[in-house]
Amino acid sequence: MQRVLITPKWMRKAVPRFFQYLILIIASILIFVPIVILMFGSVKTTGQMYSRPYDIPNPPQWDNIINILTTPAFWGMMKNSLIVMISTTTGTVIICAMVAFVLARLEFRGKNFIFNLFTLGLMFPINVAILPVYFVLRQITQMGIPLINTLIGVILVQIAFQLSGNILILKGFFTAVPTELQDAAYIDGCNNFDFFWRIMLPLVKPSLAAVAALVMIVSWNDLLVPLIVLNSNTLWTLPLGTMQFQGQYGQDLALISAFVMLSSIPTIVFYFFAEKQIVAGLTAGAVKG
Amino acid sequence: MQSFPTSPNVSKNPRPPLLSRKTKDGLGIALFLAPALILFVLFLIYPIIRSVYYSTFNWNGLGPATKYIGINNYIKILSDKVFMQAVQNVLVIIVCSLAIQLPLAMLLAVLVGRDLPGRGIFRTIFFLPYVLSEVNAAIMWMLLFNANPQRGLINGVLVALGLPAVAWLADMRVVLFAIFITLTWKYFGFHMLLYLTGLQNIPTEIEEAARMDGANAFQNFFYITLPLLSSPIRTSVYMSVLGSIQQFIVVWIMTGGGPVNASETMATYMYRFGFVRFQLGYGSAVTIIMFILCVIFSLIYQQLTKKPDYLTGL
Repeated sequence: MQRVLITPKWMRKAVPRFFQYLILIIASILIFVPIVILMFGSVKTTGQMYSRPYDIPNPPQWDNIINILTTPAFWGMMKNSLIVMISTTTGTVIICAMVAFVLARLEFRGKNFIFNLFTLGLMFPINVAILPVYFVLRQITQMGIPLINTLIGVILVQIAFQLSGNILILKGFFTAVPTELQDAAYIDGCNNFDFFWRIMLPLVKPSLAAVAALVMIVSWNDLLVPLIVLNSNTLWTLPLGTMQFQGQYGQDLALISAFVMLSSIPTIVFYFFAEKQIVAGLTAGAVKG
Repeated sequence: MQSFPTSPNVSKNPRPPLLSRKTKDGLGIALFLAPALILFVLFLIYPIIRSVYYSTFNWNGLGPATKYIGINNYIKILSDKVFMQAVQNVLVIIVCSLAIQLPLAMLLAVLVGRDLPGRGIFRTIFFLPYVLSEVNAAIMWMLLFNANPQRGLINGVLVALGLPAVAWLADMRVVLFAIFITLTWKYFGFHMLLYLTGLQNIPTEIEEAARMDGANAFQNFFYITLPLLSSPIRTSVYMSVLGSIQQFIVVWIMTGGGPVNASETMATYMYRFGFVRFQLGYGSAVTIIMFILCVIFSLIYQQLTKKPDYLTGL
């Protein structure tokens, strides 16, 4: 008799576990609904979209997808987005690593001032700053250096607004490298910059990857900067093209779905490969705080 | 120029303040800082100053700004009903985020927990919307919010349940709610991730000890887990409020701030005046007001929580 009364641990846990999974699965389904509807829509005709919008497409209609994939404009946007993303990411990682190293590892006059200056940037996000930034781009363009309607204008602004956050993240990583290493390097005859290139950078490589993954996402998804900088449609990036496409073909729900689907795929693929880095980058400082 | 010691004195000071061996390293430091400082001054500091200047002019961007009007732009903005509506909408989004979105993120983080088999999959799923672009998220939800129950899934479900269809994006009373749902879908994963990482840093022993002392699951959560998560919560509240103040893309794409300004935010208001109507002086003044709000909030918040959240680097 007594043995029956002792419920095994797994049974005591089974009921809460069941509800735990139930809620999590419902939440997962809710997360997926917009994405699945979009996927269905992308392989339907607009007629099907109007008559049976949320059925499983049967048979799938690939016309819209093929149409978009055979449009040079789509690949042009893809190319522009890639150019911007790669340049912004490379620039941000290199520039931020240099500043973070100097702030974390060297002593010099005005260090606190510079640190505080960069933290000020966190209070001035790009969405707030966009109009003043536009003035400056215009002013520089009028001075003869074309930044309006060029990808380089987009890249420079994106880098500028990525600085503050990433300098702080990387500074944390650089500070965490043990000082003994630094002492040993100097005794072996390294100067500051040997130390930076040969020892520090290889050591914080995973952190650089985390920052890079984060910047790639932000740059790839950015709409606002391309929106105010780029006029000619040959320079549009994917999000800007998506917005214009939506404005133009807003009524053609199937075509829009196909376009949004195709422009989401690179992000989703990248996310599945780089999730670890993205998560590491995002939570880098949050836990330490 | 600062002088540098010839070699670091390791034995006296475990972390020598001056590590450079040659004076030329001073130049090296300058070179390392230069690219960042140039971009930062050019695209953040200088524009702020420039904007303060322009905000005192009635200027349409054609030719130089000459019509100096002092603080009239600011007076006009603060007495504009539409701007006040925008401020109110932002406040509604902030309150809803703090009262609904963040607790929801916390609930899911606790459910995903530390040792649930398959937790990695759930984390991946919940975080997915965050990496999608705001444009794409907005368009996906526009499809779902389509007013016609034959076309929009949400109204389709409502009608199937015998409820009336709602003109989500065209009805002044519900449009902000529709926007908020979209924002929640897009951003709760970020907050959940912060909490989840925080949870992983709490040793399980603490909760086990409390359980042995007779604490039930709720007591355990409210008296043990929650206080230990104060750091990620602080960060997430900060990010949520700052994000709401500058909310732009999702609203601009889904409604353009309409209908009749019902979903206007400060950023859409600024964009409309600055870039659509080209009232650059007026737009600059809106920018400065938003900037001041961000700074005031940051300073007060850091004072209140006594921890510099900007150090989290997020």
